[in-house]
Amino acid sequence: MKSLPLTLSGLEPLIITEDSNFVNVGERTNVTGSRKFLNCIKEKDYDQALKIALDQVEGGAQIIDVNMDEGMLDSAAEMTNFLNLMASEPDIAKIPIMVDSSKWEVILAGLKCMQGKGVVNSISLKDGEEEFLRRAKIIRRFGAAVIAMAFDEDGQADTLPRRKEICGRAYKLLTEEAGFHPSDIILDPNIFPVATGMDEHRRNAIDYFEAAKWIRGNLPGAHVIGGVSNVSFSFRGNNRVREAIHSAFLYHGIQHGMDMGIVNPTQLEVYDDIPEDLLERVEDVLFDRREDATERLMEIAEEYKNEGSSIKKKADDEWRKKSVEERISHSLVKGINEHIEEDAEEARVKYGSPLEVIEGPLMDGMNVVGDLFGAGKMFLPQVVKSARVMKQAVAYLTPYLEEEKAQNQDTSEQPKVLLATVKGDVHDIGKNIVSVVLACNNYNVVDLGVMVPADKILDEAEKHKVDAIGLSGLITPSLDEMIHVAREMKKRNMDLPLMIGGATTSRLHTAVKIDPEYDSSVVHVLDASRAVSMAGDVINPKKKEQVKQEIKKEYSELREQHEGRQTKKKLLTIEEARANQTEIDWEGYEPPKPSVIGTKVFEDYPISELRNYIDWSPFFRTWMLTGKFPDILDDEEVGEQAQSLYADANALLDEIVAKDLLKAKGVIGLYPAKRYGDDVILYEDESTDKELTRFHFLRQQTKKRRGQPNSCLADYIAPKQTGITDYIGFFAVTAGLGIEKLIKHYEEKHDDYNVILVKAVADRLAEAFAERMHERVRKEFWGYSKEESFSNEELIAEDYSGIRPAPGYPACPDHTEKRILFDLLDVEKNASIELTESFAMYPASSVSGIYFSHPQSRYFRVGNLGEDQITDYAQRKSSAKEKVEKWLSSNLDYDPNSQ
Amino acid sequence: MGTMIQRYKLGEEDYRGEQFKDHPDDLKGNNDLLSLTRPDIIKAIHEEYLEAGADIVETNTFSGTTIAQADYNLEEVVYELNKKSAEIAREAAGAFTKKNPDKPRFVAGSMGPTNKTASISPEVTDPGYRAVTFDELAEAYKLQARGLMDGGADVLLVETIFDTLNAKAALFAIQELFEERGEEIPIMVSGTITDASGRTLSGQTVEAFLISVSHAPILSVGFNCALGAKQLQPYLQNLSDRSPFYISAYPNAGLPNEFGEYDEGPDEMGAQVEQYLEDGLVNILGGCCGTTPGHITKMAELAQNYEPRKINRQDAKSAKEMLV
Repeated sequence: MKSLPLTLSGLEPLIITEDSNFVNVGERTNVTGSRKFLNCIKEKDYDQALKIALDQVEGGAQIIDVNMDEGMLDSAAEMTNFLNLMASEPDIAKIPIMVDSSKWEVILAGLKCMQGKGVVNSISLKDGEEEFLRRAKIIRRFGAAVIAMAFDEDGQADTLPRRKEICGRAYKLLTEEAGFHPSDIILDPNIFPVATGMDEHRRNAIDYFEAAKWIRGNLPGAHVIGGVSNVSFSFRGNNRVREAIHSAFLYHGIQHGMDMGIVNPTQLEVYDDIPEDLLERVEDVLFDRREDATERLMEIAEEYKNEGSSIKKKADDEWRKKSVEERISHSLVKGINEHIEEDAEEARVKYGSPLEVIEGPLMDGMNVVGDLFGAGKMFLPQVVKSARVMKQAVAYLTPYLEEEKAQNQDTSEQPKVLLATVKGDVHDIGKNIVSVVLACNNYNVVDLGVMVPADKILDEAEKHKVDAIGLSGLITPSLDEMIHVAREMKKRNMDLPLMIGGATTSRLHTAVKIDPEYDSSVVHVLDASRAVSMAGDVINPKKKEQVKQEIKKEYSELREQHEGRQTKKKLLTIEEARANQTEIDWEGYEPPKPSVIGTKVFEDYPISELRNYIDWSPFFRTWMLTGKFPDILDDEEVGEQAQSLYADANALLDEIVAKDLLKAKGVIGLYPAKRYGDDVILYEDESTDKELTRFHFLRQQTKKRRGQPNSCLADYIAPKQTGITDYIGFFAVTAGLGIEKLIKHYEEKHDDYNVILVKAVADRLAEAFAERMHERVRKEFWGYSKEESFSNEELIAEDYSGIRPAPGYPACPDHTEKRILFDLLDVEKNASIELTESFAMYPASSVSGIYFSHPQSRYFRVGNLGEDQITDYAQRKSSAKEKVEKWLSSNLDYDPNSQ
Repeated sequence: MGTMIQRYKLGEEDYRGEQFKDHPDDLKGNNDLLSLTRPDIIKAIHEEYLEAGADIVETNTFSGTTIAQADYNLEEVVYELNKKSAEIAREAAGAFTKKNPDKPRFVAGSMGPTNKTASISPEVTDPGYRAVTFDELAEAYKLQARGLMDGGADVLLVETIFDTLNAKAALFAIQELFEERGEEIPIMVSGTITDASGRTLSGQTVEAFLISVSHAPILSVGFNCALGAKQLQPYLQNLSDRSPFYISAYPNAGLPNEFGEYDEGPDEMGAQVEQYLEDGLVNILGGCCGTTPGHITKMAELAQNYEPRKINRQDAKSAKEMLV
């Protein structure tokens, strides 16, 4: 019997009949599979992202898969936005969409943007039949085809019988109970890697083929799909062999009945073009035809790999036999420090001058590293390791250098860059990375460290005759400090280029607030990878004048656009915003009563417990490796790097635990509370006779869509007039006690890699501490969620009830509220955390925040604030309006200086 | 309906009636509101078409969603408006059925496209922006459909679809409502081809449009509005060739002239729709903008002489399967 075609549509139809050729599903618009696409989405470079989509269509994709599953992204919002953008590009919108997510709400968001009939990728029996059917019925109501993955309550199908069983069961449920037409069902019987060296993987390809054949023979009308790139997973980094495996796999898959595949259509080798010897061994593996199939493919794979690239295992011991210049270069590129001192010594003797060794072979090697990094062929952790080798070589040569210097004049021509984290701020991981990257690229870096006042920065700049100044900061008050530095530079009539970087900085802020304060070049540097080219542009004497003009022009245009945009949006008055507050039904609401009232101190919290709560994804982002943990460890591009970094971090954690190198300390406090306007009043005890203190919150003032509230954190506490006694909690935790000693230890060894590693790990531990403490608060100390049991992934995804926003972050952007929190919990004494004049916490690896338990409490961004609210807020805080404006300057919707 | 209402030359006070005499916004032109304020006129219009020989009359609810009525700040009356409109049409149709039980008359609850689009940005500089979301549309359509069903509509007609995503939201809402009520009535779907490109305003080809609405349990699919009968024919042919559902067509009385009026009389338009009948393209035939009871009389006469379109048996089977 001929089955009905699968009909799909974008702006145009796609009809897949039994006689259709294989259908390509474009896979590159997937943040988990394409680093390039992920970066576009993260940087909101949607033009480029659309370009990737268009390339897929032009490359032959007949359906386009879109996936936004990444921890740091608001996946549902990104899905909506990107599908809406694609809808505006007829050349892309002509083909059907495959909405791809493991999160149901993201799939729903995608379905709500598709005027055509698309495909859902995917649902499975993982959460049981009931959930499977519930989702299937909703998908059908939206009018989409569906991929059902061979995954059930017991896990993913990895044998032929399990594949058959689950696919058959899914098919039966979909056709008999969810009302699906068989042609709208696409089954994915799981493509798993082959040639892994493990016996249980040897039948992975055959089992898939057999499953495909069985499906087509036994489940009439259903289609068979698979994510092809999985199969060649063990040959990561060897694209030539991977493409051959993909093509051969597809060729045989199609023969067995696979009719759709998720592939990169622009990168498919033609089956007939695969060299015979390679093809034979690939097929030996796919069909498990020989005992030694894997070994034989590995052998030949090396040859094919060598076709393209150079360095290989055979050469591993060979390189020591090469010339000293080549050995030095090899050590730098590979980050090997075993032999660097002996090689440096050999070179010093050969060249007769330590300076020539530095400027010759060492610098040449670092240039190779810089080029590879610039071309995206090396990743940050590798570069930092290279820099460590460089520093060790220089350290070895320094005594000779001093000797030489005493005889000659220093004629160093290296450009000099001064770097500093501004006053009030203690965060320096990013700055350290920039410092390393610049040093790798032949810059002489003067690093002043953290909390550096403007005067010191400028004095040192003049003293060292630097060529440019780079400022870094992570917290919002640092933005103001940077403006201050720019003004001071103007006062001193300086002409040095000023580079701005750090987490809260932005091109827009730099253009609007900093650039107008200073007449010479001011540039925003998005991340460490841009630092080298930016520094080069603004320093190069031949280019710098032109670059300055260009940037000034660009920023002035940005300012104009910004002003244009500013006048468009109108804020609600604070009264109007309050009238649209979060609707919470307090009648009959019984606030959960904490079992602890007042503070509770945690001395020396075990790091061994905290490490299990680490969210690793941001750790990798610190190193500019993007991807979600643990998938990132298997990432095609950065997987190897991620694995080695992960191993290093865990070894460090082992050492920290074993030798007690870092101490974690924390304090929490839970109090009876009542809401009063947008303030929350805290009481000493249940009688609520004695007011302890009050916190002041800010309310969103931008006009909301109907049904959306103008939120304020105070909304989540029962108002005084209800007569209900509610509760609120606070915390401050650190995992950075003792870090100075550890850092000093590595600094003395010129080991930047471990300096950054220690700080990054300590930051993660502090966040893990906050996560763990929040969990204990919910389960024990406040106890409103005693029964919860979430995995670490679920904790990271914030599946739990209640929130813990931090002062200085989007929901309560006023850093000065931290002072109230610190006084309340006596954080300085109880947790040994200090506040700087900009309200940054020291040690930097610290987290503080506020607990809300109401089930409706949500994170949000307060956004722009009107003068009416600022005036009111200043009164509530009994603070001068100017002072409030200073601390909230990036949230002001008006210019306080224009009146 | 609109064509006929124009003939009454109604003023602001007619639209307001007693119920809305103090409403702050101008209400003239809000034709749907007349079901509440001048039910006598609406009923008389239905009767004229029934008299002319129509088997199906549409309720006066083309703009009866909270989204469209928001322009008049009348979201509050949407349910009442739909229910009352369906009741008026039901009463008129019922009386005609009673007179001649061999020719039963039906009420189709009209569900227009609203004045916002879910897949097109109204702001040129911000292509990702949408003035309305799927959820908002679904909510609005659900309320409208509930009112129409409570008022006794026999069929729900999702019509003048220029953005298929809006229509999908309507179909989603209707299916949800059916499930809640444990009761289903037939659904008709009618798209609009806006110009000679042969596509909907949101860019879909005829076939893509058909595929995009095929998931819902629909009785018929077709086209209405925007074009005259002659211009619509090739698209109707295309649809008819592929559709496993019944086909409906109710074009305009030609293209509007420079005063925005429709000139084609009953005979002229009749000659064009006769071609549909000759070619066996349609099961349901009617008129949209500019068509009067005179046009309908003509069409009813012509239709007597032809067999309705046959659904391809293989297709019919699959259509039924799809309706499981």
